Amino acid sequence: MDLLEKLTILSDAAKYDAACTSSGVRRGFQPGKIGNTSSSIAGCCHSFSADGRCITLLKVLMTNSCVYDCKYCVNRRSNDTRRAAFTPRELAELTIGFYRRNYIEGLFLSSGVLRSPDYTTEQMVRCLRILRQDYAFNGYIHAKAIPGTSPELVYQLGLLADRLSVNIELPSEAGLQTLAPDKNKAAILRPMGQIRDRAAQSKAELVKYRHAPSFAPAGQSTQLIVGATEDSDRHILHLTESLYERYRLKRVFYSAYVPVVEHSLLPAPSTKPPLLREHRLYQADWLLRFYGFRAEELLTEAQPDFNPLIDPKCHWALNHLEQFPVEIMRADYETLLRVPGIGPVSARRIVSARRMAHLTYEDLKKLGVVVKRAQFFTTCGGRIRSGLRFSAATLANQLESIGRGELPADGTPVQLSLFDNAG
Amino acid sequence: MAWQETIYQYDGTFDGFLCCVYESYVNREFPIAFCGDEEYFSLYEVRCVITQREHARRVMRSLLTRSEPAVDVLRRAFLTCMEDREQHLYAFVRKLYAQGSDFMKNRSDPTYYPLARAIRHMNGELEKLRGFIRFSDYGGVLGAEIKPKNRVLPLLRSHFCNRYANESFFIYDRNHRELLLHTAGRSRILPVDRLQLTLPGQEELCYRELWKRFYDTIAIQERTNPRCQNSFLPKRYRGVMTEFLPTDYEARQATIPPGSTAVFPNSGAPDGIPAPGTPR
Repeated sequence: MDLLEKLTILSDAAKYDAACTSSGVRRGFQPGKIGNTSSSIAGCCHSFSADGRCITLLKVLMTNSCVYDCKYCVNRRSNDTRRAAFTPRELAELTIGFYRRNYIEGLFLSSGVLRSPDYTTEQMVRCLRILRQDYAFNGYIHAKAIPGTSPELVYQLGLLADRLSVNIELPSEAGLQTLAPDKNKAAILRPMGQIRDRAAQSKAELVKYRHAPSFAPAGQSTQLIVGATEDSDRHILHLTESLYERYRLKRVFYSAYVPVVEHSLLPAPSTKPPLLREHRLYQADWLLRFYGFRAEELLTEAQPDFNPLIDPKCHWALNHLEQFPVEIMRADYETLLRVPGIGPVSARRIVSARRMAHLTYEDLKKLGVVVKRAQFFTTCGGRIRSGLRFSAATLANQLESIGRGELPADGTPVQLSLFDNAG
Repeated sequence: MAWQETIYQYDGTFDGFLCCVYESYVNREFPIAFCGDEEYFSLYEVRCVITQREHARRVMRSLLTRSEPAVDVLRRAFLTCMEDREQHLYAFVRKLYAQGSDFMKNRSDPTYYPLARAIRHMNGELEKLRGFIRFSDYGGVLGAEIKPKNRVLPLLRSHFCNRYANESFFIYDRNHRELLLHTAGRSRILPVDRLQLTLPGQEELCYRELWKRFYDTIAIQERTNPRCQNSFLPKRYRGVMTEFLPTDYEARQATIPPGSTAVFPNSGAPDGIPAPGTPR
């Protein structure tokens, strides 16, 4: 089998992994080595595929052979598909070839479980060692830690990689039991805890000794499949929050379930992937990480799912109208941050600019505020925006019609109404 | 006495612009327009400013005593493609001398905002180009072409010299006719009018095919979303990106007479086995 064919099979098998970022670590040039990691905080996107997802890393599996039989997965052992495996050296050479041409920021290495988790991880470690040592590669590496691997091997992997991740896959234990009978929650969380502790230990050592080995300096992330099971948005968001807090994760990725197999326990193959729901979860995830929101504020037991037509921040604001309007010229930073249409950057700019001048809505636009949303929730110098008409009863409809223009076209036409904009 | 309105002619360099500032204060003239070397006819008086390092330095020193961040804004804004760039920069300098740098705290300030917006536009282009630049291996030397709106080469320099410190490489900016050259740990930016690329070797063609295949394979067909793709990867960048070009585009370009635009009929997936998910 030639390299082109292998690459085709093994990237095809890896494409459902959502995580493709190169963020979290800044490492400059080192003499005698190839490459650096991105100097920007957010990492670096090298291309965007036809589905609009960013391509940062060479995302491949070491092998797509697998001893597990998870129902939702294309690589399950009962699936009749072509199998292939990279040799460690071949993959290292391919990575360098791509990296030199600036196609990629580094390597994302995952794998099906060949023989046992330990054996598979050994293969991955061997490949990464060739890449780091023989080819002196100094770029970004993201590696998957496979649940069930012995701690010593995970440690080896973490010394070579920048970021590690363990996939939670399904957001509840019940989901795991039915769809992934070979996995369980405890086995998934064990390596996560271990990675967290090792990373903390390594950070502490680096403070004391400059040349202490650094373990997964870009931290760890995970991925949840959305839409394969019945779990609510509220459940997923609470899980996300506890992962950020208890396991110090850098990111939680959501992957809308794409029906790849027919199975009585899974959604029918004709089901469309719940892309809009995935989008809303990502927005909510941002609210947790950068806006100081808590999961229990965003969704309640009575209302466990987001309204897909309204973004989570507007959703929250609509349910807390008593906190609005906010006065732009006086409100503190934290309060501004909770206004729909205002983000961390524009909130900072407002706080700085209002000391110099009296701001108008025109000025707010220049400061980066999305005024078409923020106008409903703010006053500028004690006045609402001139010409704006709305009431608590019409607000939800008005926000929905603003949002409609921004939604990805998912093929479901929406009936436009003459009365949508009626104030 | 009101300042005399004049048109300034200068050499288009940043130092040259600083000299314009110098001349305007010395002669009490207000430059209402700036032009390059070309012949210029106007009812206004035209002053031809000759770049003198001493004058440029003097202006720079005085600007630095006002505010270092403001100088950074000036330097960056000078590289942008905004309309009436020099007038905006000049207005900014005037305000800086008149009031100090406090007005920069308000991004919506009428003098500061045009610069801030242009720099933001350029930063967006920079961030995209750091990822979208595609090198080809021409016999051991890496080469890339770009067609940016802003003059980004001076700002891309440190990133790529750092990343490919041990390589010899060049990046050619076709729109501004500038070449960034890096070899043996040293780099330079030169004006170059024409650049003819040599044909790539077999290994290079092989890597291009591998990359194109990876690019086609990694997309999830059920999620196809051209609108999202277009907003993150606007079409104007694609003309020089490997995944959107046929593997042998240099050879095809060579056969097309200069001046006519190249059209590639089969610039999709590479030949051979189709990428998974493609309809047969």
